[in-house]
Amino acid sequence: MLVSISINGQVYSHDVEPRLLLVHFIREYAELHGTHWGCDTSNCGICIVLMDDPQSDQPPYPVKSCTMLAAMAQGYEITTVEGMAKPDGTLDPIQMGFHEMHALQCGFCTPGMMSTGRWLIERHPNPTQMTDHEIRDGISGNLCRCTGYDNIIKAIRWAAAYIEEHPESARTAR
Amino acid sequence: MKLRLANPGHVIDINPIEPELNYIRQEGNEIRIGALTRHVNMLESDLLARTFPDIFREAEAVLADPVVRNRGTMGGSLCQSDPAEDLSGVVVALKGKAVLRGPGGAERVVEMDEFHIGPYMTAVGPTEMLIEVRFPIHPGFGGAHEKVERRAGDFAIVAASAALSIQGGTIQTAGVACSAVGPTTMHIKRAEEALVGKAPSEELFQQAGQMASADCSPNSDGRGPADYKRAVAGVLTQRALSRAAATALR
Repeated sequence: MLVSISINGQVYSHDVEPRLLLVHFIREYAELHGTHWGCDTSNCGICIVLMDDPQSDQPPYPVKSCTMLAAMAQGYEITTVEGMAKPDGTLDPIQMGFHEMHALQCGFCTPGMMSTGRWLIERHPNPTQMTDHEIRDGISGNLCRCTGYDNIIKAIRWAAAYIEEHPESARTAR
Repeated sequence: MKLRLANPGHVIDINPIEPELNYIRQEGNEIRIGALTRHVNMLESDLLARTFPDIFREAEAVLADPVVRNRGTMGGSLCQSDPAEDLSGVVVALKGKAVLRGPGGAERVVEMDEFHIGPYMTAVGPTEMLIEVRFPIHPGFGGAHEKVERRAGDFAIVAASAALSIQGGTIQTAGVACSAVGPTTMHIKRAEEALVGKAPSEELFQQAGQMASADCSPNSDGRGPADYKRAVAGVLTQRALSRAAATALR
């Protein structure tokens, strides 16, 4: 079936098997390999991308792309890790935070972790006041087997503080 | 489908009709929840927190993780009919009724005891879909959900859902369900019958817990041996009832 999905502002149209999962559309047809494929059962959060419903005023929210058919993503705007930075190459605050706080080791979980982190900041009424519990609970659908999470939490905090100081950086690049 | 448990010839994406089926509202003496209401909507609903303190919030807070709760729905939870799933226990304890709609708009209302007919099997016919779940409202309500899991966001080793309404020092209605200890969500009717008409007490809740322990039918698996799960079901049922009563009397 013909599936057209807008990813990072570009529309990709491909004739695919109806059973194709969104994560495989992103990796194999759009050839964006920043989104990783992990447990395939909605546990690990490696495959998380941001999904934006143009009909809704809610900010883009994270979804596990291994648990959506590609066909179901038509009509939504998908943002992967490749679409986070601004077109001029300026990193998104969450990417800067992960860099500054050394929040990754092997990097496999990082794209999903940053997508969820970005959403946590965007949906929180007062992001710089997020408690450790709120952040830990917020990323409980993202597994990291390297870092022990401490630096990831620091990176999300760093990004929240950066956004407060630089409000112009507040929205995810579309 | 990915686990090859189902192999449907056709799959219809119902998400485009979400605006019609994502709602939580009161009608008369019932709360009605649309089948496409997301877990995050139930977690954050003030109406549910006010009407059924605090059974929805407790179950939704431990159901999978925030990212899954962005997409997962009431209808998906019930129709998956996974005996270890949390929200089904809440619906059984609250005596929810499933509204199924078929061709031509014909509707039928099914009690939860008839809805879950086995693991991954429901009463929903091939040309029907679940559209709504209805819950009776009781004054003096208190509810609780207790869960033991291997790690945050996992399916339960055992979970217990308890719903009580207490007026004039007497339990008027009682709902008890246990998850992950049988082929479907276990409705512990004997405990409910033992509770109604009595004054709430820790001794009574302990007896109800013992009934849950005796009446469930767990299997030994990677999440633990059957006798362990039986013991946990009893403890969690007692705890959930005790906290439900405290909430009802608050």
